[in-house]
Amino acid sequence: MARTRKGIEVSIAMADAVAQANVDVIAAYPITPQTHIVEHLSEIVANGHLDAEYVPVESEHSAMSVCCGSAAVGARTFTSTSSQGLALMSEIFTIAAAMRLPIVMALANRSLSSPLSIWNDHSDVMSVRDAGWIHIFVENGQESYDNVFTAFRIAEDPDVMLPVAVNLDGFILTHMIEPVIYEDDETIRKYLPDVKMKNALHPDNPVSMGCFGMPEIYTEAQMNREVGVQNSYKTILKAWKEWGDITGRHYHPVETYKADDAEYCIVTMGSYGETAMEVVDSLRKEGEKVGVIKLRLWRPFPFEEFRKAALGKKSLIVIDRAISFGGPGGPVASELRSALYGQPGAPTIVNYIAGLAGRDVARADFRNIILEGKAKAAKGETDGFTLYGVRG
Amino acid sequence: MAKPMDKITWQEIETGSVVTEIGNARQYETGSWRSERPVVDAKLCIKCGVCWLFCPDSSVKQAEDGHFEADLVYCKGCGICAKECPVGCIKMVSEEG
Repeated sequence: MARTRKGIEVSIAMADAVAQANVDVIAAYPITPQTHIVEHLSEIVANGHLDAEYVPVESEHSAMSVCCGSAAVGARTFTSTSSQGLALMSEIFTIAAAMRLPIVMALANRSLSSPLSIWNDHSDVMSVRDAGWIHIFVENGQESYDNVFTAFRIAEDPDVMLPVAVNLDGFILTHMIEPVIYEDDETIRKYLPDVKMKNALHPDNPVSMGCFGMPEIYTEAQMNREVGVQNSYKTILKAWKEWGDITGRHYHPVETYKADDAEYCIVTMGSYGETAMEVVDSLRKEGEKVGVIKLRLWRPFPFEEFRKAALGKKSLIVIDRAISFGGPGGPVASELRSALYGQPGAPTIVNYIAGLAGRDVARADFRNIILEGKAKAAKGETDGFTLYGVRG
Repeated sequence: MAKPMDKITWQEIETGSVVTEIGNARQYETGSWRSERPVVDAKLCIKCGVCWLFCPDSSVKQAEDGHFEADLVYCKGCGICAKECPVGCIKMVSEEG
């Protein structure tokens, strides 16, 4: 395929990216709103356009199990899921990270039941926050396409060897038709070398994976994982830098918009960043010194970049897309509070939880959240969270 | 012989806790778990091998004369061999006694 720009549904662009990445194995079970990604991949394989095994498993638990097996032999492996599907695969999801298997997943973020809902929020991904995967959040179609390649590059790097989830908002991104630039196959081939796995399963070099570990060794195994996830950070930066050098599209763990001279910033993760930027543009015209801070990398958490962006601001208005029931607020806000605790020049944090299960958060809502949040910060009302728009 | 498990540092663990030394479960001497051990009455044994088949830990060995006996380095004393023996020639004997 030559370099081309086309108007295309984001799910289809992502599936095309997976095919361009020349994956060896795809194992997935269809679930809304991820369905178009795996359906299109199934067509690509069935039509003979990609020499890969497409395993139509009977459940998500099996999908992740197949992925573990294929990644363990050094095959480039992709899957995709959402919500209840992620919940069903959660047992093996954690094992994939512990066994350091470089699987790439498109996680089309959707709310968890109940009430049963097919629409978008971040309650699914937050339920596996501590599983040891790398989590990238994307904001639009181009970022979804691009980060399929960066995800494989990061996951399979011998210094990393970790599964990577590319989180994209269900429907808001998966079902949107947008202009997306496709890179040519040769560019992708150069960017994404073949998988070279040190301890791949092979009869000539037998190894055991997923073994039993006594209390005498479990702590050391977890430390090894923790250092592995921390160390992935420099490879993530390198993978994004090289992608930017090739394509001109640059990615950073924390990205900002009009934040340098801002007194307060709205913080988003995922597709909300796009609307936030538009609203900030209009508020700037009214003289509000407001900017946007966007988290692209959720794990490993980018402490240094986040502090660099946040310290010196008066306050941050953080939008979360999930509730931590009975907890301190949304998961993003509580982590940001933790990252800033005791730091000189730390801004206060006002936390809104908004857009649960796809409830629209339009420009007027962002405007309300920013202005109301600013007023709350000025009055020192920075504890807990506000569930935006809740009736009653 | 690999390093004892309680001496291994986190830096020495293979990525993904992969075990590259095949069959190293042999170094784990589970016989220390035992509270009872199987004792075979060779006069009754018909050398059928049912105890060898049923042992969940592959801890029954066949001697040169064809009789079967427990490998006490690994035998956990579960008693399945005694339960399954068709002629009742295996008795579980307390380790305390």
